[in-house]
Amino acid sequence: MKQGLFPRVVLWAVMLFLLGPFIIVFLAGFSGGETLAFPPPSYSRRWIVSVLQAEEFRQAFGTSLQIGLLATVIALLLGVPVAYAMSRMPPPGMAVIKQVLTSPLIIPAMLVGLGLLRHFVLLVDAPVFLGLLIGHVGLLTPYAVRVVYSSLANLRVDIEEAAITLGATRLQTFRLVVLPNIRGAVIAAFFLAFVTSFNQVPVSLFLTGPGISTLPIEMLGHMENSFDPSIAALSTLLVLFTMAFVLVTEKVLGISKYM
Amino acid sequence: MSYLNLQQVALGYGNARTAVEGLDLAVQRGELISLLGPSGCGKTTTMRAIAGLIDLRAGRITLDGRDISRLPPNKRDIGLVFQSYALFPHLNVFDNVAFGLRLRKVPAAELRQRVEKVIAAVGLSGFEARLPAQMSGGQQQRVALARAIVIEPKLLLLDEPLSNLDAKLRVQMRAELRRIQRELGITMLYVTHDQDEALAMSDRIVVMNSGKIEQLDTPEQLFNAPRTRFVANFMGFENLFDYRHGQLHGAAGQLPLAGLPANTACAGWRVQQVQVGSGPYEGRVLSRGFLGEHVEYLLQTALGEVRGMAPAAQASAREGDTVRFDLPVQDALALAA
Repeated sequence: MKQGLFPRVVLWAVMLFLLGPFIIVFLAGFSGGETLAFPPPSYSRRWIVSVLQAEEFRQAFGTSLQIGLLATVIALLLGVPVAYAMSRMPPPGMAVIKQVLTSPLIIPAMLVGLGLLRHFVLLVDAPVFLGLLIGHVGLLTPYAVRVVYSSLANLRVDIEEAAITLGATRLQTFRLVVLPNIRGAVIAAFFLAFVTSFNQVPVSLFLTGPGISTLPIEMLGHMENSFDPSIAALSTLLVLFTMAFVLVTEKVLGISKYM
Repeated sequence: MSYLNLQQVALGYGNARTAVEGLDLAVQRGELISLLGPSGCGKTTTMRAIAGLIDLRAGRITLDGRDISRLPPNKRDIGLVFQSYALFPHLNVFDNVAFGLRLRKVPAAELRQRVEKVIAAVGLSGFEARLPAQMSGGQQQRVALARAIVIEPKLLLLDEPLSNLDAKLRVQMRAELRRIQRELGITMLYVTHDQDEALAMSDRIVVMNSGKIEQLDTPEQLFNAPRTRFVANFMGFENLFDYRHGQLHGAAGQLPLAGLPANTACAGWRVQQVQVGSGPYEGRVLSRGFLGEHVEYLLQTALGEVRGMAPAAQASAREGDTVRFDLPVQDALALAA
């Protein structure tokens, strides 16, 4: 087929629109100046180095990583069985259940954060880390359910019956037959959930507390107080971190097939 | 007592009406028995109940002297070959076949030997490393069979195993299945809607209709002496008419016919038994089909539609012509009330 000029122009326009902001942030991150400005007056690595050495950012990064990984794993442990039950033994009122499981995607996350703060953290005086973790688990579980459910809905039931007639228990069937065939979806759900948690602001805003903060919240706080290029430098590092994460996962597991 | 026994079995799905009711069936060890019937007659439901994939509503199933009615499906030692094959898509041929043996913790050396033997028996040596998606339907079918027989099940159930294959391969696989069944001496329950398949392969055939058994007989008996109208129709008696007081009653009207037993309620003829060209009756040709040595006719008669045949050399009648035909009383299948 002859390729027209128009689709290529659109493609490049969209690419520019998507990547443009990042290019600006990227260049600003290597600024040699004292304030956030574009184009930067000069280039250096000083803000990159300073961000890497900043204790508050390192701690927040650690918290974000911990919350992200823990919440993702818990969300999958909850979400995969729920998705399995939904696909294999659809309970009465399936439509309602689907709606409820999607609601955190619809309800503004800020409400979720506020609600958790008012009615859980303040009420029982829960530790900050626990509050954050629960907030994130609640936020991520629907992602896990959705992604895994759509994969399970496409997996034939007769292979499970075949495994059972060959002598497998329900649990063995799930482990030996179901899980290997939805592996891609589970990995995709893991990735989606982790990135969502890692970039989460509205829920975390209410649930972070003295001494414990996630990276996006720390960055927000920093921006309110100072206007130096360290935020741009940090953003650059984060984008590189996420890209590396995506590339490695893609190389090792080939997730793009499932997303 | 027989090897496999179903006693007054009732089955159904959810709240729906019962799919099978009051079913009794006794299968001998080493027998190949077919469940034959149109779709929705309950044959697959019955098979799934024997495998334990659906619960009994009533009744009892025993296998090899043991009541298995409440036994979970993974404890029954019953092999099942699915219509869709249901191979594990993430495992290659060897691992698909080895699945049941691994669950039984068979030692590695014995496992390898048994799996390879079965793969050879179904003619797939050299394909061990292939994934199901890389194989043809016929090959997948063989893998499914190998996977089910390698565990040496007490009973092998096959659910329309050949229905997804092309006609030539289907006939080939019939003989193959029969050979494997004989060699292993395995008891086999074979579900099909194809009467040719059932007639060609089975020791005995169970004809099912609307959740009940119509007739259980050898292929010869079933073919030559069906006992109900339904079975007669299924076995190729396409011309079936009610019979009262020396008259055949069809959809359109009546014709006299003498010489059938007094208690006859229904009389039937195969297409090839109805001679077109001469005889006491008359009909108008609705359509004709050339079959090589014979020509098949569809006639509009006083009874309604009648299907008959004439040798090709004498079949000069065309659509719209009026021809004579005979319903030979000596060939008639007479069903008592």
